[in-house]
Amino acid sequence: MSAHLRPLERIRQVPVYALLLIYAVVIAYPLLWMVISSFKSSSEIFADPWGLPSIWLVQNYAQAWDKGISEYFLNSVIVTIASTAATVLIAALCAYGMVRMSSRVADVVLIVAMGGLVVAPQVSLIPLYRLLDGMGLLNTSWAMILPYVAFRLPMAILLIRSVFLGIPKELVDAATIDGCRSTGVLRHVYLPLSKSVLTTSAVLTGYFAWNEFLFAIVFIDQDSLRTIPAGLMSFRDALSTEWGVLLAGLTIAALPIVVVFIALQKYFVAGVAAGSVKG
Amino acid sequence: MKPLTRTFGNALYVLPALALLGLFVYYPLIANIVYGFFSFSAGAGEMKPVGADNFLRLLDDPIIKTALTNNLIYAIVSIICQVGGALVVAAWLTRLLGPRMGGILRSVYFLPAVISMTVIALLFTFVYNSRGGLLNELLALIGLEHLQTAWLADVDTALGSVIAVSQWQSIGYVCMLYVVALQQIPEEYYEAASLDGAGRIRQFFSITVPQAKEMIFVAMILTVSGAFTVFNEPYILTKGGPGNTTQVLATYMYNQGFFQNQMGYASAIASLIFLITLVLSLVQMLSFRSGKD
Repeated sequence: MSAHLRPLERIRQVPVYALLLIYAVVIAYPLLWMVISSFKSSSEIFADPWGLPSIWLVQNYAQAWDKGISEYFLNSVIVTIASTAATVLIAALCAYGMVRMSSRVADVVLIVAMGGLVVAPQVSLIPLYRLLDGMGLLNTSWAMILPYVAFRLPMAILLIRSVFLGIPKELVDAATIDGCRSTGVLRHVYLPLSKSVLTTSAVLTGYFAWNEFLFAIVFIDQDSLRTIPAGLMSFRDALSTEWGVLLAGLTIAALPIVVVFIALQKYFVAGVAAGSVKG
Repeated sequence: MKPLTRTFGNALYVLPALALLGLFVYYPLIANIVYGFFSFSAGAGEMKPVGADNFLRLLDDPIIKTALTNNLIYAIVSIICQVGGALVVAAWLTRLLGPRMGGILRSVYFLPAVISMTVIALLFTFVYNSRGGLLNELLALIGLEHLQTAWLADVDTALGSVIAVSQWQSIGYVCMLYVVALQQIPEEYYEAASLDGAGRIRQFFSITVPQAKEMIFVAMILTVSGAFTVFNEPYILTKGGPGNTTQVLATYMYNQGFFQNQMGYASAIASLIFLITLVLSLVQMLSFRSGKD
């Protein structure tokens, strides 16, 4: 990184600095506006969109929370935790089986997993709808959890397998001599050595499940089961005139993932770099 | 352990993953193509075989043409902004700024990518509102009232407004990809080039671009397949309207399947989306293989 530019060079680059700064404002300002305006009344948002609230209406948040966001929030937490836990667990098991298998069989599993990366969820919408209907799972949280896990497995398997492959055979042999069965080797050797890739997979899956929209609006009809992204649509329709409350709802919906991003940024970046696959 | 039980034991480890992939990813994919040859509705009603009718209908449905064109425009704008623009931004961030400032800006740019598109799209309805919307207010502030319009309801601006939201969200994401790649380029390359008298623009094209070639390619596939499967932004912002001016393949499929109750035709549209993404993936795989040789 060359931050050591000569002063003259720095001056020549001023337009570029300005451009980068303007771009940062273009990105950050709407988000900041959302937070500030979420404390205003509708009429104040309309009359004075740029200013600070004359009175900070904290009750907008209480109102948003009571008018459905609390329920959507809880559903999102349940669906996200279940999908993430299941994806990481099943992917780790699969990756472990793959490194123990003969390489020819493992290659077949690998191809099946990689093929899954190619399929966009949009393409499977209608058959999935009928399948879940036939299984009696439409309008249950399973209608989100099961497809989320299935669609996030390929990426998680590939990420975890690549780390598992690098674990030295000697460690496995030593554990086996110590009397570990195959599940014990997974628990005591593989998983402890793969914490960061497991976290990366969890972050990527959690991010997907928290934000997924299409399955969540198509497979769930009942408002009480909706997750935040789908629930916000009915929330908007119910609150067409109460802008402040709506913006408070949006802020509540965005906050957890932003906090997680700031806390786990390293894993986000690792996931972005390793996966290069956006939900 | 005996080899046989060992093989069996290993199969048990991969079984849950394979079962889920088979049932929820591969089965629907195949079923979808079969469904295209039938006429049926969302309810329990029977499926009537209609031959290739649904697929033939794709060919002369004017809305399919609109949708495909919109997807294509989406792809072109995304390539310019996300594949090209994000690379320039990433190069500035890594070459001109120190790690501290570069890191902060990079995170700010990335922020929208972690937030749900529902939140972002609903937020942008406030930006685009014809009365009291931020964009129109801003135009008034700088004396450009004559440019004010109902951004999402005006047939001339609706598509551009929808596409702009996607760029706003995704440029930072691709930029992050690029920064990770550009940080691997050895500093000596730039030092040598600068001793040879190459300016920054020269260096960008003769070092940065070739060194980031692989990531540029990844970004290309990512943005183009994203552009052909896009659903959330147009659905939430305009539901494909006004008229069908912002209709894309995925919103049209959803509309046909779940509003017009023409599940067979919707499946045929889904097959078209799959065909496009399949071709893109094949290009990706083939190029990666040839790249490795």
